Amino acid sequence: MADSLALALQLITQADAQLLGIVALSLRVSLSACAVGALAGLALGAWLAVARFPGHQLLVWAVNTLLALPSVVVGLLVYLLLSRSGPLGSWGILFTPTAMVIAQSILVVPLIAALSRRLVADALAQGGDQLRSLGAGPLTAALLMLLHERLAVLTVLLTAFGRAVAEVGAVMIVGGNIAGVTRVMTTAIALETSKGDLPLALALGIVLLGVVGVIHGVIALLPMRDRGLREALA
Amino acid sequence: MNAPLPVSLAPAADAAAAAEPLVSLHGAAVHFGRTTALAGVDLTLRRGQRLALIGSNGSGKTTLLRLLHGLLPPSRGQRTLHRLAAEGRPPRMAMLFQRPFLMQLSVQRNLRLGLWLAGVPAAERAARSDEALHRVGLHDQAQRPAAALSGGQQQRLALARAWALRPDILFLDEPTASLDPAAKHEVESLVETLGRDGVTVVMSTHNLGQAKRLATHVAYLEAGRLVVQAPTDAFFGSTLPPAAAHFLRGENPWL
Repeated sequence: MADSLALALQLITQADAQLLGIVALSLRVSLSACAVGALAGLALGAWLAVARFPGHQLLVWAVNTLLALPSVVVGLLVYLLLSRSGPLGSWGILFTPTAMVIAQSILVVPLIAALSRRLVADALAQGGDQLRSLGAGPLTAALLMLLHERLAVLTVLLTAFGRAVAEVGAVMIVGGNIAGVTRVMTTAIALETSKGDLPLALALGIVLLGVVGVIHGVIALLPMRDRGLREALA
Repeated sequence: MNAPLPVSLAPAADAAAAAEPLVSLHGAAVHFGRTTALAGVDLTLRRGQRLALIGSNGSGKTTLLRLLHGLLPPSRGQRTLHRLAAEGRPPRMAMLFQRPFLMQLSVQRNLRLGLWLAGVPAAERAARSDEALHRVGLHDQAQRPAAALSGGQQQRLALARAWALRPDILFLDEPTASLDPAAKHEVESLVETLGRDGVTVVMSTHNLGQAKRLATHVAYLEAGRLVVQAPTDAFFGSTLPPAAAHFLRGENPWL
């Protein structure tokens, strides 16, 4: 065990090419997924904060429920969509990083939407009348509140990135864990552990822990007024 | 629900009665769930009026302001927004809240955002925001974050934002309630100037001295009903209905 740890640290300090490739792909896939998820999730959250229609409460409930969406279920759904016999099989992107980005985007959209809806609704309770008085329509006011609460929004996005980079189920199913192509930190850890190659698994585990640790460090340092949200995310 | 008609004191002497109407309420009621916030309100806001809304907490002053402004639809009755006779357009409105809401942006950006929301052309925004900041004495603070301003300065910035829109009607919801005497005086002076410039002002306040100083008309609300509306001199100089007289004694024992 001590030998494995020593070898793992050596892989990190010597910037092992295989390790760096896996880490780089992980970050690229999860950052892309968060960028897509941010666009869709923030827009959905802002809209849900102001839209009123029959079934609105049901939709809010559904989005909140999907916060706890298991990543393997997302992986399965995306697999069914993208597999050769699936409706999007003609795209031919199964077992590619693009498929992994799609799966992780689906995973983080409900998280971003649910948390940003709450942020926007709370902010509108304070300043919604003022913005409407100035001439803002409901959706404009909601989108402006995302700007107003941009630090809290950044916290939400960091949380989403943490969720994406640390999940294993979805990327394993839709990526296939192909060496050099779709192998990311979590899938590599699972594989190397089962193979008994503990040094690489440990090195990746340390890097992953470091990434998640940095994210939570940044969240803790953000001067956020919404202490309740920060505590909820911490 | 039949609301008792509000007492109207000395209507014959009310010169503003002839002025053009801007917003009218007819039997307007507002309900929040089972709670009645306003009931059977008949009120016509006329051009050039400075109307002070007084009444205890929960009497419906803020709800009436929001209803007049159009931020809230009446649950019953009718609100009519009249077009300005000379300009041929609906009146422009702005509102100053008890706690000013300012975006987490610089002082200048807050002003320009307000102008953008109001549809002011881009070419005019810079000049109008600079002019408004000069007017309230915040031009040297333009680049500071709005959140870094003191309470009085924030209220002045909110007033500048409202003023920059060149409103025909300005609604103020207890604008000086949480300010120290100096800041209160500054905000009152600005409101007075706006009134002199012809802006129609509707203001809720607990400060009867402020109502006397700034208002041409006073409306007294109690439990969501408009009990008395009258020109300021008539309101403070006449025998009021018992409820209003009791309120004045309770709020201002030296009267």
